[in-house]
Amino acid sequence: MFENISRRQFVSGSAAAVAALGLVGCGGNGGNGGGSDDGTIKVGIMGPHSGDNAQYGLACLNGAQLYFDQLNADGGINGKEIKTFVYDEKGDATEAVNAYNSLVQNDGVTGIVGDVTTIPSIAVAQASVADNMPCVTPSATAADVVTYGTNTFRACVTDPVQGVVMAEFAAKQGYKNVATLYKTGDDYNEGVNKAFCEEAESQGITITTQESYSDGDVDFNTQITNILATNPDAILLPNYYNEDGMIVTQARQQGYDKVFLGVDGWSGIYGGSENYADAADLHDCYYCCAFSASNESEITKQFIEDYEAAYSETPTNFCALGYDAAMVLAGGLTAAEEAGLEAGSDDYKQAVIDGIFANTVDGVTGSISYEDNGDPVKSSLIITFAEDGSEVTFDTIEA
Amino acid sequence: MDIFLSQVLNGLQLGSIYALVALGYTMVYGIILLLNFAHGDIIMVGAYVSWLVMAQLGLNPIIAILLSVVACTLVGVLIDKVAYAPLRNAPRLSILITAIGVSYFLENGAQLVFGADPKVVPAFTDVSTIKLGDIALSFPAVVTVLVTVVATIALTLLVQKSKLGKAMRAVSEDMGAARLMGINVNSTISFTFAVGSALAGIGAVLYAMAYTQASPTMGMMLGTKAFVAAVLGGIGSIPGAVVGGLIVGFAEMIVTWLGLSVWKDAVVFLLLIIVLIVKPTGIFGKTMSEKV
Repeated sequence: MFENISRRQFVSGSAAAVAALGLVGCGGNGGNGGGSDDGTIKVGIMGPHSGDNAQYGLACLNGAQLYFDQLNADGGINGKEIKTFVYDEKGDATEAVNAYNSLVQNDGVTGIVGDVTTIPSIAVAQASVADNMPCVTPSATAADVVTYGTNTFRACVTDPVQGVVMAEFAAKQGYKNVATLYKTGDDYNEGVNKAFCEEAESQGITITTQESYSDGDVDFNTQITNILATNPDAILLPNYYNEDGMIVTQARQQGYDKVFLGVDGWSGIYGGSENYADAADLHDCYYCCAFSASNESEITKQFIEDYEAAYSETPTNFCALGYDAAMVLAGGLTAAEEAGLEAGSDDYKQAVIDGIFANTVDGVTGSISYEDNGDPVKSSLIITFAEDGSEVTFDTIEA
Repeated sequence: MDIFLSQVLNGLQLGSIYALVALGYTMVYGIILLLNFAHGDIIMVGAYVSWLVMAQLGLNPIIAILLSVVACTLVGVLIDKVAYAPLRNAPRLSILITAIGVSYFLENGAQLVFGADPKVVPAFTDVSTIKLGDIALSFPAVVTVLVTVVATIALTLLVQKSKLGKAMRAVSEDMGAARLMGINVNSTISFTFAVGSALAGIGAVLYAMAYTQASPTMGMMLGTKAFVAAVLGGIGSIPGAVVGGLIVGFAEMIVTWLGLSVWKDAVVFLLLIIVLIVKPTGIFGKTMSEKV
């Protein structure tokens, strides 16, 4: 094995040489490589790389590509180089299915990192069931995505899981009475709110009131007055940062000095393009997310360093999820390769899927494993704010 | 009792901002019978000026307040000169359509210059809460209510007691007769736009203080609600605009208080429909003879 890796590294500059040696390597391992096997493992990466959602797609692509590049630098999987095929589906479901078909039929990939956003991801999940093609979406949170077959996994947690995580955190902190203020008419806000309330009540927390608002509202004073009248220990705001910032500001103006709880929509409330609330108002605020640059763990620090070296920018949550999705897929591919199956065969694809289920990866966004379906069992970070508004990792909630 | 007092203050705060914007609508309508749909967007301009001065230039909040009011006043007068004055003798529909065009121009212009993402206006003061015994009152809410009371009194004095006010009343009664009496109609109309827009500027500062974010479309719903307030109170009437603003603010507060915030807008527009059916001229529509 050691000899193999050193040989591989020696020639890693030349694709042709790698291909030749890859065949040699296969022979040495027992020689089940099929005719289509040219010593590389073909992997697809798809997402919206142009258009409205391009920032998410490109972040996931960069993260996933970084992982595969590092894997190749370390000798690849089973001595084979990972070769990536990148498709831009422009955020469109039809384009996404076309990209999927092209990846499978023209490029002959054996696994896909993607899709990125919900609607194209559902289309790809439906299309890929018949092929049993292993797909790992970094970031599609809708429940449906993993329900069409056992071949689609996700690296992120679903929206309701975040509500459950925050309810567990609230119980751990000893909050007895919690109120919520959420936006109506949006699956994200309503889903998190519902899951939080159900879990909190089962943990013995009293939900004092559930207030709501509509899209476009800027005045939350009336709801806040209602909430403060119930004297809660904490208020859950399962919304996006700009509205959460206004709510926090207005509540502090009304004299509320206790705790706010949030979910990953809070990411960017301070220190991003704008500060949506004063640093002085962000005391006692806690939100859960998968990835924070404030996390002091070795793997996170290393990832940030590598990412900045590769792309000259600070990685976001989506970059980290792309990286982890690639890691999950690589875990499955390793299992299939070690079983010595023919790339692209039905057994191979099933072995990748079984491998993902059997494996636990220590990703940048926490340790990830899968039990019954494509929803990950993973830990979440609890983030709070220092006096100057900078983010601090407060706690890790294990799955 | 605490909750009752706080909710009344919330209603007053909301209503005050609607009232300040409604005053601008009502004054302009009173004098040239124009529904100035760009009026809500003037608030947006004021909020962006506050943001520019405080967040970008890092200057004192007092400078931000002054510059916001001045900028709104200038924009209001400029809109009149550029867009409405050439159409003084055109059919009223043309000038109404122009007003809608100006509104879109301002919104899209702001989006082009500042981008679609909301900009955050920093806090004007370090004080955010006033404590009365064990009741905590929101500082911006208290300031908003007080400023609106002062502004309304000042405006009433201006219209009733000053010479310019008399000229405004005369022009609104009969433009032709006012001209024959030696009143400079054009400068009076400009003055009306200036006063209405200055009130919008004050509203913009109060809005930015309470809701902290400036976005290109923020004036849209605000303008529509203020328009409803002006019509409710009787468009053309100053006390009507204030009362209409407070009614809209309290209606929204009460609906939200009852946990029905989703129905808030529907209730406001339902009120408008009821008033238009029962008393089409609005609450103060007929009794007030001195239209501004």
